[in-house]
Amino acid sequence: MDQYLGQVVMAIGFILAILGLYGLLSQKNMIKMILGFSIFTTGVNIIMVAIGYVKGGTAPILDAEGNAVAKFVDPVPQALVLTSIVIGLGVTAMMLAYVMKLYQDKKSLNINDYKDLKW
Amino acid sequence: MDKKFMVALLVAAMAVILFPLFQSFEGGTQLSELGQYYTQNGVSDTGATNLVASVVVTYRGLDTLGEVTILFLAASIISFFLSVSKDDRIENRTVMSVTEILSTASQTLVPIIVLVGAYILVNGHLTPGGGFQGGAIIASGTLLMFLANPNHKLNHTIIHVIESTSGIAFVAIGVIGVLMMDGGFLSNKLFDLGTPGEVISAGAMPLINIFLGLKVGTELSNVLGIFVESQNEK
Amino acid sequence: MLTVLAAILGIAAVVGAYYAIHNEKLTAAIIASGIVGMVSSILFLLLAAPDVAMTEASIGSALTTAIFFFTLNKIRQTNG
Repeated sequence: MDQYLGQVVMAIGFILAILGLYGLLSQKNMIKMILGFSIFTTGVNIIMVAIGYVKGGTAPILDAEGNAVAKFVDPVPQALVLTSIVIGLGVTAMMLAYVMKLYQDKKSLNINDYKDLKW
Repeated sequence: MDKKFMVALLVAAMAVILFPLFQSFEGGTQLSELGQYYTQNGVSDTGATNLVASVVVTYRGLDTLGEVTILFLAASIISFFLSVSKDDRIENRTVMSVTEILSTASQTLVPIIVLVGAYILVNGHLTPGGGFQGGAIIASGTLLMFLANPNHKLNHTIIHVIESTSGIAFVAIGVIGVLMMDGGFLSNKLFDLGTPGEVISAGAMPLINIFLGLKVGTELSNVLGIFVESQNEK
Repeated sequence: MLTVLAAILGIAAVVGAYYAIHNEKLTAAIIASGIVGMVSSILFLLLAAPDVAMTEASIGSALTTAIFFFTLNKIRQTNG
């Protein structure tokens, strides 16, 4: 019944990643760009967890005696995504701090107004 | 026109890169070799029943150290950029009045949320959870506190003391593992592994989880606090 | 059954992401991206990853949204 669950979720992650990248590149508003970046991160995280999915697998938690009761999904991608989400928050907060400082300087959120390093 | 074309090209290139991954993915029925090793030997190696936590804390402990370092760096940069000097600060800025429901609910819920975070943190080696999850939940408790009372001031001294102490303790446990045991960095054979499934088991893992959770929780709360305090700039 | 649920949630996530990128109002866009975080946490749960789901639920939907709103509020204040 649920043999295509992995593929369906991976397709969702794929679409989210592409949409996020498109938003990051096409928007002029800096806050919108950061929103696109955070959607991109979410999509990539979903793809990574979907790679570790095993058909009919359960969460990698053993029972009290320490025996494996069922088929498990891969714990390694989950562990990586766990750290990746926390780092994503740190990076997003850092970018927003930059945006706040930039806005104080030029009173504009449009990325085209910041040409100081353009040549 | 030119820029739009470039954007379309880049997005298409990304799609081309990602598509083979999607196409070749069959939702495997078999674990990878590494995953199989962790599933079969996880309990006898670490004594923890939550395999994700044993990968995060023990098998890939060095990666976790790097992650904590990145988070610390991000928090330092944020506090460097958004620090408000004393002259520019508005004391007790006027904020939109908070409804009775939110203020009462926050008084009741914040202790419960922090308690749930602590529970998830301490039981990380048995059930889903661990340092990162517990820390994130504790930070969302802080967020509710800030929403109910935007002029609330975090005690930065206590936060910095907790943060640096737990960071140093985390590294110290790792180094002790290198110096005294043969297990390598962050070996959890520091203490007896105990019976899997009990709260005091899995060697040093509960201790590492607690330090990790305290560090992540205080760090994220600190970031939130800096963002709230930066609103007070004139 | 889970596949159908995942597909419905996926549609919600994609619509939310599209809305977040294309809406002119920043507040609506930020709320939409919070919805994407919430939905993706349920997707993680469907993929048997409760640890990741827990983290994403508190970080992706609560903390990220709040930090965006703090930034937006600060920018409005600076504007006068």
